[in-house]
Amino acid sequence: MTAFLAILSLAGIGLILGIGLGIAAKKFGVAVDRHEEEVMQVLPGTNCGACGFPGCQAYAAAVVSGKAPVNACIAGGNEVNMKLAEVMGAELEESVPQVAVVCCRGGKNKVEEKFIYQGINNCLAASLLQGGGKRCPYGCLGFGSCVDACPFGALKMDENCLPVVDEDACTGCGLCVKVCPGNIIQLIPRETKAYVACVSKDRGKDVREICNVGCFGCGICAKVAPQAITMDGNLPHIHSDNMEKIAKAVEKCPAKVLIVRENVSSSS
Amino acid sequence: MEIVLIFVSAVFVNNFVLSRFLGLCPYIGVSKRTEPAIGMGMAVIFVMTLASSVTWLVYRYILLPYNLEFLRTIAFILVIASFVQFVEIVIQKLSPALYRALGIYLPLITTNCAVLGVAVLNINMFFHNGEVAELSFLKSVVHGFGAGVGFTIAMLLMSGIRERLELANVPESFKGAAIAFITAGLMSMAFFGFAGIVPH
Repeated sequence: MTAFLAILSLAGIGLILGIGLGIAAKKFGVAVDRHEEEVMQVLPGTNCGACGFPGCQAYAAAVVSGKAPVNACIAGGNEVNMKLAEVMGAELEESVPQVAVVCCRGGKNKVEEKFIYQGINNCLAASLLQGGGKRCPYGCLGFGSCVDACPFGALKMDENCLPVVDEDACTGCGLCVKVCPGNIIQLIPRETKAYVACVSKDRGKDVREICNVGCFGCGICAKVAPQAITMDGNLPHIHSDNMEKIAKAVEKCPAKVLIVRENVSSSS
Repeated sequence: MEIVLIFVSAVFVNNFVLSRFLGLCPYIGVSKRTEPAIGMGMAVIFVMTLASSVTWLVYRYILLPYNLEFLRTIAFILVIASFVQFVEIVIQKLSPALYRALGIYLPLITTNCAVLGVAVLNINMFFHNGEVAELSFLKSVVHGFGAGVGFTIAMLLMSGIRERLELANVPESFKGAAIAFITAGLMSMAFFGFAGIVPH
């Protein structure tokens, strides 16, 4: 008798709750689009947000509902975009893959210090206090906020407290660029052959006073290779991929701030 | 007065996380950021309040009259699981972001000892040898609600501390879960200070 009652009462409770849940599921149910799941499988799933949506799921939803283009996934690059286009049945041209470069060489002992910073270990926090502890207001503060921001592990700090980009791991999502309070990390097209590793806009005399490795705007590079390099204020601007001319300028640069990128294929 | 006492006691003195050490899994798991912590707290308040009222009704009107007290655990789990499922469906509809932030911890409320704990404690506190205490339904609900509020307060404090810990200069070997456990222990000690405010 007790066993019978036990079964009956439990079954009764279960039935009532089950019906309640059934009604709730009908009323509040969310239909998950099967297309959306397919898109999710193609996406890298790192939720980096470089596409402008809060995570891969949101981007997938936007793609499926036609609110976002299929090539917005920067982290995934061409491969993912092509697959996405295939899933969604869209045509797509190849996009230019980008890579992050560190445009400062003023690490430890290279730049004079203004004061000893002892606050939170974070570039943004340091930059709020008089622009950081270094005398160069443009340079890398060296707390590695970019390293923390990178979802792909493509950045690490070297022994001089400067970030180093692992170009194979870098997807060009630009999260490090956003988090850097200065302008030290920049995105450049992957086939770019050379870049300027200094962002100081100060006059040459001022730069030389505080930094051993900064560009002091002498303009020699622009004189040596006028077709490839022009001066933009106190900084050179490279606007050509002609390696011969650039190599000459690199050789002549007294501050050695023109960096030639290695392993760049001429066509990608 | 007694009802106020039950509420205060559930929130501070016998805080489910920090004094009874129940529901530690979501307490550590979801307390990394404030927003999901509040969401989790609200879900637990809802589930605890409703679960303590419904389990009281089930115990009083189904299990007790037919001498089925031995079914207590399974019947309560059944009720709690249904409520958690209900909360999950509603949250998925109303706030997909919160739903993803809570992740696995939401379905884990089902087997959360804090929720089952509040239901079982209600029975232990308000039923004595088959006798029902005065106003015990109301007291059960208040106790469940208070337990949920206490859980939420513990989560909120913890998440606030942990958000700050992210930026603090923690020794390498203490980073992550280790410092979280130490923090939890210190908070628990602090909450034992409340033990004196409710007379036993």
